[in-house]
Amino acid sequence: MADRTQPLSLVGAGKAASAALLVVILGALLAVAATGTSTLRLGPSDWAALRFTVLQAVLSAAISVLLAIPLARALIRRRFPLYGLAITLLGAPFLLPVLVAVLGVLAVFGRNGLISQMMMSIGLPPIEIYGLQGVVLTHVFFNLPLATRLILQGWLSIPSEQVRLGHALGFGPSEAAQHLERPVLQAVLPGAFLVIFLICSTSFAVALTMGGGPRATTLELAIYQAFRFEFDLSRAAALGAVQVALCAVAVLAIRMVPTAPDGFGGLDATRLQLPKGGKWVRAQDIAVLLLGLGFLLFPILMILVRGFPFVSNLPDTIWMAALRSLCVAIVSVSIMLVLALPIATTLARFPTGWPHFAAALPIAVSPLVLGLGAFVGLRPWIDPGSVVLPLTAFVNAVMSLPFVLRSLVPELRKVDAHHGRLAVALGMSRSNWMRLIVLPRLRRAHGFGAGLTAALSMGDLGVIALFGSADRGTLPLAIYQLMGSYQMDAAAGAALVLMALTLCIFWIFDRGGRFNAAV
Amino acid sequence: MLRFENVLLQQGQFKLRVDWTLPRGARLAVVGPSGAGKSTLLSAVAGFLDPYEGCIFWETARIDDQPPAKRPVTMLFQDHNLFGHLTAAQNVSLGLNPSLKLNAEQTQSVEGALDRVGLGNYADRRPAALSGGQQGRVALARALIRNRALWLLDEPFSALGPGLRREMLSLVSEMAENSGATVLMVTHDPDDAVRFADYTVFVNDGVAQAPKLTNELFADPPIELRAYLGT
Amino acid sequence: MKTSLIAAGLLTLAGIANAQSPVLTVYTYDSFVSDWGPGPVVEAAFEETCGCDLQFVAAGDGAALLARLQLEGSNSDADIVLGLDTNLTARAREAGLVVPHGLEVPSLDLPISWTDDAFLPFDWGYFAFVHNADMANAPGSFEELIALPDDVKIVIQDPRSSTPGLGLLMWVKAAYGDRAPQIWEGLAPHILTVTSGWSEAYGLFLEGEAEMVLSYTTSPAYHLIAEQDASKTAANFSEGHYMQVEVAAMLEGSDQPELAKQFLSFMLSDGFQSAIPTTNWMYPAVIPTDGLPEGFETLIQPSQALLKSPEDAASVRDAALQEWLTALSR
Repeated sequence: MADRTQPLSLVGAGKAASAALLVVILGALLAVAATGTSTLRLGPSDWAALRFTVLQAVLSAAISVLLAIPLARALIRRRFPLYGLAITLLGAPFLLPVLVAVLGVLAVFGRNGLISQMMMSIGLPPIEIYGLQGVVLTHVFFNLPLATRLILQGWLSIPSEQVRLGHALGFGPSEAAQHLERPVLQAVLPGAFLVIFLICSTSFAVALTMGGGPRATTLELAIYQAFRFEFDLSRAAALGAVQVALCAVAVLAIRMVPTAPDGFGGLDATRLQLPKGGKWVRAQDIAVLLLGLGFLLFPILMILVRGFPFVSNLPDTIWMAALRSLCVAIVSVSIMLVLALPIATTLARFPTGWPHFAAALPIAVSPLVLGLGAFVGLRPWIDPGSVVLPLTAFVNAVMSLPFVLRSLVPELRKVDAHHGRLAVALGMSRSNWMRLIVLPRLRRAHGFGAGLTAALSMGDLGVIALFGSADRGTLPLAIYQLMGSYQMDAAAGAALVLMALTLCIFWIFDRGGRFNAAV
Repeated sequence: MLRFENVLLQQGQFKLRVDWTLPRGARLAVVGPSGAGKSTLLSAVAGFLDPYEGCIFWETARIDDQPPAKRPVTMLFQDHNLFGHLTAAQNVSLGLNPSLKLNAEQTQSVEGALDRVGLGNYADRRPAALSGGQQGRVALARALIRNRALWLLDEPFSALGPGLRREMLSLVSEMAENSGATVLMVTHDPDDAVRFADYTVFVNDGVAQAPKLTNELFADPPIELRAYLGT
Repeated sequence: MKTSLIAAGLLTLAGIANAQSPVLTVYTYDSFVSDWGPGPVVEAAFEETCGCDLQFVAAGDGAALLARLQLEGSNSDADIVLGLDTNLTARAREAGLVVPHGLEVPSLDLPISWTDDAFLPFDWGYFAFVHNADMANAPGSFEELIALPDDVKIVIQDPRSSTPGLGLLMWVKAAYGDRAPQIWEGLAPHILTVTSGWSEAYGLFLEGEAEMVLSYTTSPAYHLIAEQDASKTAANFSEGHYMQVEVAAMLEGSDQPELAKQFLSFMLSDGFQSAIPTTNWMYPAVIPTDGLPEGFETLIQPSQALLKSPEDAASVRDAALQEWLTALSR
C-alpha cells in the first residue's frame, strides 16, 4: 500500500527523468568503453598523466584545506570593514569561469605578473608558473574559498552552549582550538579534502592553459589531446575509462567519510564568538586575512584592470560568442529545471533505490568523458559538430544536477513532513499541492540552482573545446583561442565580459528565487 | 549577595530591566513566558552580554566588566555541557585548567568530584558511553569543582524525563547546600521552582521583577503570573 | 506554423545568398588568418577574380588541422586544407582525405623536387630557435643548448597539434637518430612549457617568458622589416636545420572542386606568393617577380638542410612521439 500521508506528485515523471539520466550517462560510458577496450594498453605517458592527475589533485586539496584552517579561524575571530563582502567573495570563485581565473592568476603570478616583477626587482628569480605549480596554484585559488566555507559551516554548527562553556571555563585560542575547533575539523576535513580532490581530478581547462606539456598533463587533458590532436578515439576512450575509475574511487571514498556540509548558502560567521586571543594572535590573524583575501581578490582585480580598456574594441565575433554562451546557459537552466524537480521529488519520497544511483552518477563522470561518449554515440546518426551547443547545455545541466538536488531534496523532505498529511487531509489535488505548497517553498533553492547552472555553463570549456569550432563557439572557447594566438589584451577584455555576464546571470536567477520568497 | 543596580539589558529591539538584590546562599528560580528574557538575565550574569546601563555586583565587587572566566560564576546549560571528544574525567578537569594539565592534587580533586556525583567508576568513559543522567552528573561535577559562589542553571536537565530531572535537581540542591553556593535557575516548570527554590523571580514584559519567596508568590500570584500559569 | 514560415524564409534567403556567390571554405592554421597574416591579403586578391566568397576557417595549429578533418569526416564544410606540411601528407593521404589536383604545376623554387599529385607547396622554411641577438651564450647546437644552465628556457610546440612541434621531433630524429631520447631528456629541463600552437609560443617569447622559442630562420625578418627591429636572430645549429614545406590540397568531400582547383592554381601565382614573405614570413614556393624583400639576405643560412621524405616521416612519427612523451613526462 502506498504511503498515503503525502500527496503523490511527480514521482512517475521523476522515475522517467532518473531513467533518462541513467540511460544517457551509462550509454555514453558504454560508447566510450566499446571504443576504448580494444586498446586498453596504456603507455608510459598515459601513466604519467594518471600520476600527475592524482599528484596535483592531492596537493591542491591538501594545500587548500590546510590554508583554509587559519583563514577560517581569522574570519571567525576578527571583524573588519566590508566583512560581509569578504564572506561573499568566498563564494565567488565557484562561479568564476575557469579561464577568467587562469588569466587573473597569470596576471598576478606569471613571469610578467605583479609578484614575479616584485621578486625580480629585488634580485630573486621569477615564479615558474607553467606546470605543476601553476595548476596547483590555480586549483588552490578555486578551492581555498570552498574549503574555508566548509570549515566555517562546520564551526558554525558548534552548539552555542559549548562556545559559552568555553568562555566560562576561560578557554584561550589554543584551548578553543583543542576542544572546540579540532573535533569539528576531524569531522569536516576528510570530506572537504575528498570533494576538492574530486573536483581537481577532473581538471581540464586549468591543465590545458597552465600545464607545461607532457610533464603536467591531466587525464582530461590527455583525452582532449588524443581526440583533438590525433583523433585517436580508442586511446581517448581508454583514458576516459581510467578517468571514470579514478572518479569512482574518489566518490566511494567520499561515501565512507562523514558528509561535509555543502559549502553553499549564507554564512553568518558573526554568530560564533571564539576567543580572540592577544596581540600576537591578532597580528597573525590580520596577516592571514591580508594574504588570504589578497590571494583571492588580486587575480579578479587584475582582470578588471587589464581587461577594461579592451572591452570596447572587442571584435563582433566575441559578442556573437557571448550571445551563444548566454543561449547555452539559458537552455542549460531549462534542461536542469525540467530534470531537477521530478528527480528531487522521487529522491525525497524514496530514501534508497536506483534513482539515487542515477542522481549521483554525474559526479563520477567527467564532462570530457561525457562529451566523448556523446561524440562516439551520435556519430553514426548525426554530425556531432552540429549539436555541440545543445550538448554543452545538456552536459552542464547534468553536471550541476547533483548540486541542485542537494539543496532541493532536503527542502522537499521538509515540505512533505510538515504539510503532507495536512494536504492529504484537505484533499488537495496534485496540481494545487505543487502550485500552492511545493513550488513557493522551493523558490529559493530553484533560484540558486538555476544561477549555479547558468554560471557553470557560461564558463564551461569542456565539450565545446572537444569538438566545437570557432565559428560556432562559446565565449570561453573564443577566449581560449585568443590566448592561443597570444592576444592577451583582447583575451583579458573578453574575460572581463565573461566574468560580468556570468556573475550577472547568477545574480538574476538567485535574486529571482529570493525575491518575495515565502521562506 | 548578588545585586543588579539599575540594569538595562538590550538585544536588538528587546529590552529587560533588572533592579534588585538576592541574598547570598539563596536558591532562585527564574520563571516567565518564553522570549521574556530569562536566559538573557543569566547571560548578563555569566558575562555573555554586557549591560547597556547599570552595574552588577557580587558582594562588594563589580563583576559586569570582567570576562566570563574571571567571574565567580559557573554555568550549567540545558544541553551540550560536555565535550564529546573528552572523557568524563577530562571534562571535569576543564573546570580546573582548560589546557588539561593537572597536578597530582588537582587530579585527586577531579576523582573526588566524580565520586561525589556517584560516577567514580566512569572516569574514563566518553559522554557517548554515558546515559543522559550520568552526563548531567559529569557536568555537575565540573560545576562543583570550579568552586565558584554563584551557579547559573539554564533550564538544566530539560532533556531528561521528569523522574530523572527531579533526582538531578535534588542532587544540585544538596550540593549547593553543602558548598553554600547561590543558585540561579531558569525553568518553565512551576513545580521545579516550588520544589527547588526559596525565591522566585517572574520575568515578564521587559522587567525582571524583584525576587519573592517562592511559596508566597505561588500561593497568591499576581495577575500576570496567573495568566502565565493559566490558573 | 509561424516557425515553419520563418524557417522557410531563412532557407530561401540562404539559398539566394548561395546562388549569388559560391563559398569556398579553406581550413588553415590560426596565424594564417590573423590580421597581420596572409589571410586578408589572399582573400581580397582571390575574391577579385573568382566571383566567390573565400572563407578561411582557423582550426588550431597545423597538425590539429588533420585531426579536425578526420573528426568532421564527411560532414566537413571544408573544400581545401592549407597548412599541413610534408611530415603530415602521408597520414592525410592514408586517411583518404585529399584528392589529386590535376593541375599543371609551374616551376617551383624549392630546394627539393616536387612530385606529389595531391598536395601543392605554397611556402617553405627552416625551423630554428629564435632568440634576442644580445643573448649571452647563444647555443650553436642542441648539445650546447642542453649544456646551458637549467634556467635558460625555451618554448616549444606540441608535435601532435603543431607543425613546428612535429618538425622539431623530426629535426632531432634526423640529426641524432637513436640518440634522440637522450637529446630530449637533456632538453626537458629547459622547456618552460609546451604550447599547442606556434602563436602562443611566439607570444610567450616576445613577452619575455623564455629566452628562446622554436620558430623559423625567417622569423627575425618580421622584426627587421615590419618593426625595424634588428634585435632578434635565429641560432645557427651545427647539426643542420630541418626544413618545412607547407602544403595545401583539395579535399575529397569538397562540393566546389572547380573553385578549389582555381584556388590551388592561384596559390602558386604572384598574387598569393608575393604576400608570403612579409605576411607568413617564409620563403615563397615560387619567387615572385620582384624577388625576395630586402632584409631576407640578413637571415642565417643553415649549413645543412635536413628533411625526411613524407613516407619516412610518417613511419618514424609514432615511435618518435612516444620517445618525446616519455622523455618529457618524467
